[in-house]
Parts: sequence; structure tokens; C-alpha cells
Amino acid sequence: MAAIGTRVLSVLLFLSLSNLASSLYEDQVGLMDWHQKYIGKVKHAVFHTQKAGRKRVVVSTEQNVIASLDLRHGDIYWRHVLGADDAIDGIDIALGKYVITLSSGGSILRAWNLPDGQLVWESILKGSNPSKIMLIVPTSFRVDRENLIFAFAGGCLHAVSSIDGEIIWRKDFAAKSLEVQQVIQAPAEETVRVLGYVESSQFHAYEINPRKGDEIKHVNVDFPGGLSADTVLVSDDVLVALDATRSVLLTILFQDGEINFRKTQILSLVDDSHGVVEILPCKLADMFALKTNKFLVLAKVMDGGVVELVEKIKEAAALSDAVSLSESQQAIALARHENQKLHIIIKPVHDWNIDLLKETIKIDNQRGLVHKVFINNYVRTDRSYGFRALIVMEDHSLLLIQQGEIVWCREDGLASVIDVTTSELPVEKDGVSVSKVEQSLFEWLKGHILKLKGTLMLASPEDVAAIQNMRLKSSEKSKMTRDHNGFRKLLIVLTGSGKVFALHTGDGRIVWSLLVQSLRKSEKCDYPTGLRIYPWQVPHHHAMDENPSVLVVGRCGPSDDAPGLLSFIDAYKGEELDSLVPIHSIVQVIPLPFTDSTEQRLHLLVDANQRAHLYPRSPKALTIFRSEISNIYWYSVEADNGIIRGHVSKGSCSHDEDEYCFDPKDLWSVVLPAESEKIVASETHKINEVVHTQAKAIADQDVMYKYISKNLLFLATTAPKGSGEIGSATPEESWLVVYLIDTITGRILHRMTHQGSQAPVHAVFSENWVVYHYFNLRAHRYEMSVVEIYDQSRADNKDVLKLVVGKHNLTSPVSLYSRPEVTAKSQSYFFTHSVKAITVTSTAKGITSKQLLIGTIGDQVLALDKRYLDPRRTVNPTQAEKEEGMIPLTDSLPIIPQSYVTHALKVEGLRGIVTVPAKLESTTLVFTYGVDLFFTRLAPSRTYDSLTEDFSYALLLITIAALIVAIFVTWIWSERKDLQEKWR
Amino acid sequence: MEAEKLWRILTAMAVLLLAAAPHHHRAGAFQSDELLIEQEDDLGAAIGGGAGVGVGVDPVTPPRSRKRYSDAAESDSKFQFPLEHAFGDSDFSPAGTFSARLKTWSHGPQTLTKLRFSRNALTEVDKEKFQKLLQDDDFYRIRLPSNVLSPPGRDYIVSSIKARCLPRDGLDEHFVIHMDGVNILAVNYGPPGACPYPRQLKLPAKWSFNSHTILKNSEQAPRTPVFAEEISLGENGEAEVVKPPEKSFWAKYWMYVIPLGLIVMNAVTQAMNMPPEEQGGGQPQGAAPAQRGPAAVRRR
Repeated sequence: MAAIGTRVLSVLLFLSLSNLASSLYEDQVGLMDWHQKYIGKVKHAVFHTQKAGRKRVVVSTEQNVIASLDLRHGDIYWRHVLGADDAIDGIDIALGKYVITLSSGGSILRAWNLPDGQLVWESILKGSNPSKIMLIVPTSFRVDRENLIFAFAGGCLHAVSSIDGEIIWRKDFAAKSLEVQQVIQAPAEETVRVLGYVESSQFHAYEINPRKGDEIKHVNVDFPGGLSADTVLVSDDVLVALDATRSVLLTILFQDGEINFRKTQILSLVDDSHGVVEILPCKLADMFALKTNKFLVLAKVMDGGVVELVEKIKEAAALSDAVSLSESQQAIALARHENQKLHIIIKPVHDWNIDLLKETIKIDNQRGLVHKVFINNYVRTDRSYGFRALIVMEDHSLLLIQQGEIVWCREDGLASVIDVTTSELPVEKDGVSVSKVEQSLFEWLKGHILKLKGTLMLASPEDVAAIQNMRLKSSEKSKMTRDHNGFRKLLIVLTGSGKVFALHTGDGRIVWSLLVQSLRKSEKCDYPTGLRIYPWQVPHHHAMDENPSVLVVGRCGPSDDAPGLLSFIDAYKGEELDSLVPIHSIVQVIPLPFTDSTEQRLHLLVDANQRAHLYPRSPKALTIFRSEISNIYWYSVEADNGIIRGHVSKGSCSHDEDEYCFDPKDLWSVVLPAESEKIVASETHKINEVVHTQAKAIADQDVMYKYISKNLLFLATTAPKGSGEIGSATPEESWLVVYLIDTITGRILHRMTHQGSQAPVHAVFSENWVVYHYFNLRAHRYEMSVVEIYDQSRADNKDVLKLVVGKHNLTSPVSLYSRPEVTAKSQSYFFTHSVKAITVTSTAKGITSKQLLIGTIGDQVLALDKRYLDPRRTVNPTQAEKEEGMIPLTDSLPIIPQSYVTHALKVEGLRGIVTVPAKLESTTLVFTYGVDLFFTRLAPSRTYDSLTEDFSYALLLITIAALIVAIFVTWIWSERKDLQEKWR
Repeated sequence: MEAEKLWRILTAMAVLLLAAAPHHHRAGAFQSDELLIEQEDDLGAAIGGGAGVGVGVDPVTPPRSRKRYSDAAESDSKFQFPLEHAFGDSDFSPAGTFSARLKTWSHGPQTLTKLRFSRNALTEVDKEKFQKLLQDDDFYRIRLPSNVLSPPGRDYIVSSIKARCLPRDGLDEHFVIHMDGVNILAVNYGPPGACPYPRQLKLPAKWSFNSHTILKNSEQAPRTPVFAEEISLGENGEAEVVKPPEKSFWAKYWMYVIPLGLIVMNAVTQAMNMPPEEQGGGQPQGAAPAQRGPAAVRRR
């Protein structure tokens, strides 16, 4: 009977699904999804305000985005996300209408149309050696010039026409072994100057004819002391450099074909400096800035190269480049922190005692320090100079400050999401009445009448718009309490700036944000980076009054063995509860399936020496852990070495007294042959995945048992030649081997070779299957394969009678030490897209059928039904198999345009997809992040367990009322008729 | 690559032949490991070591085999590699030797055939150690070199099992050695059958190992189906659409028949209940219209 039930259900599901997997109507856009556009941390900014109707600023960011922003509101006019390996090196505006970008290590020069962001031209610059990268766009307003752009990259100077991108001439300096430091094109002069070193001890200056590229003059001077690569151009003919020891400043004057230099001891400028001195790369006009370990030093270069100290700044501060107000006047901005306030001071270069502008702004503490300042001047209504400052903060946010106010602010830290977790919202307390939620009773009534009109098709277009607006702004979805369906949650995201944000799933607003103190640069921790975020404490029954908390794991430095750091954050208040900095190194974090009495989850942190450390460090946790210690296993993958090892805890660490530290014991190892296999991908189950049933009813009333073990590892290796770019290996010398490894015993359960295939491999593991994506060199196409693994040891449990009597082994405990009796089935299909990320939907009980969510190369998310990746598919399925919902076998996977989860939107720079189950079984929440953020709800088998949101209760009520009236009328009618009959 | 595949096929076939010759009841490729258990006595006697040996090779499923290059230049050489074991945290000590023939094919790849295993008898000290392991429910560990020609290769292949899983009558062990040419990737080591979870302490009656060994090479992934030919076939012979077999009446209409049956049954039971009611009620309601006339008359 159960089998029939499931069959009927599956048939129903198939029918409901076969129409379209998951598509929505136009008016449903924005109802349950939201999309946020970001640009990332700004590197360069160029203002375009003069003679322009729309004031704008063009920025390039560390996320390789160029964007044109509205200066009034901070909105994006246009935006382009360049590829991950196409970093922007320089940006400028040419001819007043083109945005010029130099990217990819100085090899690609592009011009974009300023108003709409269309690509105008693109030139590939060929260089020979890596070198400094410079983009020089002459600021000449004379039209008769050829409007050349100079790009220095790869040791070559290129002169490019700004009109069509044609390379006019090219001069190779790398051949002369010249390390070019600066290229200058003075507006007053006709020549281009190239300054550089030969072997760090000779200073060379070339003068070049900008029209033809031929050398006009060449002078050089020896510097016996040697030179460092830190240089800054103070004016058109003065260069400031540091010598090789970084203790002497050199001011190099090159006027009229002569080079003079002057040495200044840094100690004479700053008497108490020690440590490394750096020259900041700010263009300050006659001034330069030095950074020592304590101060920011501003100094001025006087006539004859004399260096004079201007100011020493002790606090954290940032400097802008100089802007010219008039022919002779230039101003720079200095932003400094004092008493949690930000001071922006704009001073003219020629007289440091005058403040052109001094503004004090109270700034949110969670924004951290100022990292960059860009200023722009305008003429006020009273003809004086006004300034606006664009500020990049430590949390990557972008602020525009004008007239002492923050005009707008962009939270661009969200463009660099590293990891995501979720937290439930607080339970609704009594006393929140309906009237509070819905503005007033009148509004509430009006809303319902409008809805009724809509369903009865009586609504005018204005009404329809009002209804749509009401639906979009429904306060129901953005309430700060837990809902019955589990749609409302907090998404807690860790970003690259070390800031943690809590976003509301209803509308994507920021509930709180926290710049984690332990993730900021400090003496204890030089280069802190966030790695992962985990739910730490999820209060349940007996700890209900406590707030949930999350654990942020990071490390102080780029390498694996750098010291680690931990931070615990309250998920409701956004406060750091506790932090541990620095601790042992962290290479792996294992959340254990145990919690202590306060519902804190036990975590095992594995360090670089494979020692395991238990957290929380409390005696209770230790007691729980010790009682389970024999059942705790972990493994490590040495990807470079091709060795996988399994470990078990041997007991407390022998070398130190720490009782929360445990020594590992090697249980097993798998050694891959170095000459033929290289690990390219590994994947495991999601920790919180729920599997509803082990049994899978198949067509002919038969049952198969899925091999469900949480301890399976999928591993993909390729031939060392095949791990490079696609096309770097021939089909004969490239292969892909996939493994399913049991991580407790180290047994290889399945091993399979795909000949002529190669990386990149993206994989997803769920229940008893793994789906992976790779490139097939023979077919010149991408392919996706599925491997399903079934348990044969339980295959005999098919007799109903036996099940009733209890003669089965379904309830006996499974031991992984038994010899596994498994079979694996596999099938491959072509898939058109290359893939950026791949994941699977997850629901609360695991009953709903699954969809694969594929982040495509077009930065969209495609939902693909798992039934398309079923190794039992055949070309001609039998009637029974069709009833089961099996799709006839095709050689490629279909891409149905309606099944794009992101519908018309793009999640630029897509990096990851996270699925979270809602409480409602049919529904799963999907959060996609890249440079943009996108959130939606998905119901892979439709919402079979609830009515849709736009279900018309009014219509139902009317129908019921009408029926009741009809019943009464007919009843009276029949009574009357009956009476008449009787009187006849 | 084509050549290599051929060689793999060849080796598989050769090995199949070798393995199949003495075992007539070796039916399918997949049962190979099961059947060998029964062979251990004669084989063990043949080797003369203290331990029983069973060797099988899980063959690479031959996808295509066109020609046999059995005469191709090939050489084989005999060699040995050790198995070492450790009790709990103790150091590894020699426990036995695998001997095999190495076939070097003219095209390059080398494969192992005729793998034999002889285990050293357990010494008294070993027995004591093993008993201790059984008492503590600790791990019995083994290791193999990762390269059989130049042991230990890059590193040892280690595998462990809870000691309590091994004892049956004797000590039953089962090796699945995953090979790639002359490299050992991994070894699945454990009991030949199940090891039920609450591991009971059971001492073996006989302190000797019964060993079963399987060599496994990588399987070839099934190819992505290409349907170009079949589509053209479908276009040519459109009439040949295979109709699904006609279902029986019952299979088609059971969902209608059952409710109908229920209604009928319901009606029948009602009809059964009716007669006494009629008698009690006096007035047969079914004849109401007929009676109307007289009743009306009576009223007047």
C-alpha cells in the first residue's frame, strides 16, 4: 500500500512538474525575491562634474568592477564586471566622453562611452616583462592635438589614439634593462619623460617625442647608494625616491636636460622613526607623504630640492590627491580620526596654515577607519570653492560627504561575501496586535477590498498597480519575528573586509552590522582574514531565553600555519561576545553533532599538525567529548601531495598541558600516484542535510536502498597535464578519475576514469548521489555526470511478510567496519554551460524532490531537476518507469529558459549559492552571492503543502456564502413545494 | 590512450582467463570475490604457507575488444612486496609477503598478475598483543608500500580495522587493493563479511589468518550517449512507433471499479436493512404516490 501511495504521489508530482519546473509570472517578481547591486571596494575614482548635466563619478574596484555612479544619490548609472583575472590597474577619462581602463596586468586597454557604458574600443598591449603599470591620459583641452593616451605596461610605453584605440607607436624599455618608475607628460611641454633605474644604481631620464616615439634626449646619473622602487612624482620635474636602505630621501631634479639630486636623512625629518618607511603613492603637488610605523609625515619640496617637514600626523589618516582649483592653486584633503569623529580638512598646497574647509562628521563606529579619500571641487552659489569628498572606509563602504553631511552611503562590503550562515528570528511575543502590523484598520480594509476587486477582475489599472505595490511592500515578510513557515530568517554573512552583516530574508535590509574587532589589523594579528562562519549556539527548548550566536573563524595571515582567531557574535544584537586571538593554526573546522547544556555546539578545530582542539573550552564540553571520543574520526587532504589521511584521536596532547587538545593517530591513508593524478576537487555532504527515507521505490514494485553515509568523500583527480586550462592537454594525455571514499575506514567504494576529460570540476554531494561537471576534450563540450550508490546489504528486505514479522536488518545498527556491499550506477550527459558554482536544494524533512542549482557563466542560477540526472534513465522507459516519473534518456541536459531562478536578473560575479530549508517542507530558501546578492524562495515540487500567497480568501468566502444562501433558498423553496403538494 | 585501453582490456582478459580456468563456477565478473573463499583450501595447500590465500582480480569491464595482441612484446618478472602490521600504537613489523608477476607491455604500462599472498604465522608475542587489542577494542593496522617496485614509494598505504571485527573461527581478513599500474592507491581492509555494531569480545579458535585478496583497477566511465543515428532512424520509420502494451481492464479502471463496488455494497446493505424498517413503520414509503389518493380522500 505504501508503495502504491508513493507511486501515486510521484505520478502527481510528475504531472505537476512536467509543465514547468519553477517559473513565475511577471507580477510575482520581487514578491519573494530581492536583488542588490554592489560594486566592491573602490580603488580609483574619477569625477566627471564639469560641464556635465548629470554629475557622476567613475570608479574602479578591487572586485574588478568599473561603474559610473550618480553623485547625487549614489545609484549606479552603469556597471561592468570584468572577469576574475582581469584586475583593473588604471582608470581615467579621455576627451571628456570616454572612460579609459587599463586592466589585466596592463595588457588590455579599453574605452567605454561615459554616458551609457558601451564599449567603444579595445586594444591589446603586448609587453615583454612585468613592470610597473601606468596609465597617462593627458589633460589637454586643445583639440588640435592627436589626443594620445600613454600606457606603460610590460616594460613598454605605448601611445594609443584615444579616438579609436589604434596603437600609434611602442617603445620597449625592458630591452634597455630600464626599470621604469615614472612616466610624465607635462601639459605645458611637448615631450614625454620616462624616468627609471638601471640595476638600481643608475638613474636615467628619457625625453620622447609624443608624436613619433623617438628619443629626443637621454641623460643618466650614477647613484652609488642604490635606489628602492618607492618613488613619487612631486611635480613635473622633481622626483622623490628612497634609497636602498630606506633611510635616505633623494630628491631628484631633472631640469633642462640636467639631473641634480639631493640627499636628506629621514631621521632629520622624523627624529623618532624606526621600522620600514614607505612613500605613499599620492600625487600631492610639491608635497609628498611618508608612512613610518608611527606617523604619517607630510613634507614639502622647496626650491633646489630642500625637503621641509610640514606635519606629522599620529592618528589614522588618509590623504587625497591634489585637485587644482585654478592655474596656481591646488588643494588636498586630509581625513583623520579623532575621538570617534572624522575630520575632513581641505588645505591649499601652498599654505598649509589655511584651512579651505574643515568639517567634522560623526561616523558610525562600525565603519572603521578611512582608507581612501577622493575630492572634487565645485563653485558654490556664492562663487567660493566648495568640495565634496568620496570616502572609502575600512569596511569597504563608500560615502559621499558634502557640506558636513553624509549625502549617501553604499554598503559595498557586501560585494565580497566569504561565507553565509542563517539564524532564526526571535519568537513573536504577545502584545503585537494586528493594528500595529497593518497601519490602521481602514488601510487593512481598503487593502482587502482592493484584493477582492483584483480577483473579481473589476480592478482598474491604477488599482492593479496599487495591489502590486501592496504585495511588494507587505510588512508581513519583513517583520522581525519568526513566522510559521520559516521564511523569515537572518542571513549572517561574513565579508572580506572583516565585517559581519545580518540581512533580513524578507527584504534584504541590513538588520545589524559589526566590524569584528578581532578581524581588524592589530599588533597581535598582522593580516587577519575571515575564513568561515558557523552557527555556534542555536537555542532550543531549555535555553530559549538566550540569543543565538555565531562563530567566525579566521586566521592571521595567508598561509595555512598562520595563527588562527575565533570570534563569537550575538546573532540578534550584533555584538561580539568573546574573541580568541591569536590561537593555534586552523586548517579544518568540524562541527560535532553534540551540544552542551547551553546549546553551544561542540566544534573540533584541527591545526596544521593535525592536532584537534575542542571548543567550547568548558569542562562540560570535555566530558561530553571524552565519552564520544572513540567515535570521532576526521581526515585531511594534502592536495599538493596527493595524500589523504584518516585520523582518530589518540588522547590528550603529549607535549603541552592543554587538556582540550588531542593528538591524532593515523588510521588510514590513500596515496595517489603523483605522476598520473592530481587532486582538483573534493566534496562532501552538507552537515545539516536531512534524508527522508533510505528506500527508493522503483518501477516494478521493487525497492532499492540508498547507501546513505555522512562519511563519504567525493574526490576528483586529473592528470597533471589536464589540470591546466582547457585546451592545454590533448584528449590522450588527460583523464579524470573520480573516487568515493569512506572517510572512517579509508575504503574506496567507487573509482571510475573518464578518459579524455579534464578540470575544472565542480561537484555537489547529496543523499546517495554526487553530480559533477567537467570538460570532455573528445566531444569538445562540458559534461555532467551522476554517480548513485546503493546499499546491497539491505536489498533482501523486500518481502512485506518479513517486514511485518520483523525478520529484517533495517533496524540493526550500521557499522562502517563491515565490508561494504554497494553498487554504483553512473551516467553522463552533455551540458551547454560552464559552471561557476553548483549546489542542491535542501528542505526541512528531505521529502520534496531535489533540484540542482547551477550558477552559470552568465551569472544566473539555473534550476535543473535531479530527475534529469538519474543513472536509471533509458532511451525507451517502460510504462511503469514512465509512471514513476522517469524521463527518457537524452544525450544532453535541457536548459529551459523559464527555470532560471534569477529570472531576468544577473548576480554579477557569482561565487556561491547557499540553500537553507524553510520550515515548510515544500520550500527552500536560496541565497546567491557574488558582487551582487540575490535571494529567493524555491519550491522544487510546487507548494503542495500550502496555499499560494495570492490565494483569494475573499473569493472562497463569497463562494461559501453564496452556497449557504443557495442552500437556504432551495430549502425554503422545497418546503414550500412540499406544502403545496400536501395541500393539493 | 587507445593503446592503453587495449592493454587494460587485454590484461583484464588474460587475468580473467587465468582466474576462470580453475574455478568453473565463476559466473559473472562481479561475483569474483565471493566465490574465491571456497577455493582457499586447495590454494593454501598449493602454496604450503601457514595461511590460506585467495586471489582474485576484479576485471576492468572490457568496453570494446577488437584484436588480441597476445604476441606483442611483453615480459614478466616475479617480485615481492611486504605487508606489515601493527597492534594499536606499536611499530609496524613484517606480517607477510605478496608475490606477483609484473607484466611489462611493449607500450609502456605495467600490470600485476598472479598475485599471491602468504602470511607469516603469528608468534606468541603477537598473539598476546592481539588479545590485548581484542580486550581494548583497539585498532589492528596494516600497511603496504605505495609503489610495489620500489617500496615504500612515496608513502605507505595504511589501513586499520577494529580488532574485534576479525575473529570468526580463525582470523578472517579481506583485502581489496586498488592499483594503478605499479602503484597502490589504497587498500580496503576488513572482515570479509559484516561487523555488527556492538562489537562482542570473541577470541578466535584458531590463531591463523584466512586471507582473501582482490586487485582492483579503475573502471571506465560509461560514455555519454549520442543519439544522432537514432533520431535519423525515427524520422525514416515514423510508423514504427512502439505502442505501449495494452493494459488489462482491471489495471486501467480499478480506480473507478472500487468506488463503484463500495457504492453497490453500501446500497445492498441498506436494502438488507430496509425490510424490518418497513414492517415497523407500517407505511411502505416506496408506494407513497400510490397511496396519496386514498389518503387525500381520507382527509376530506
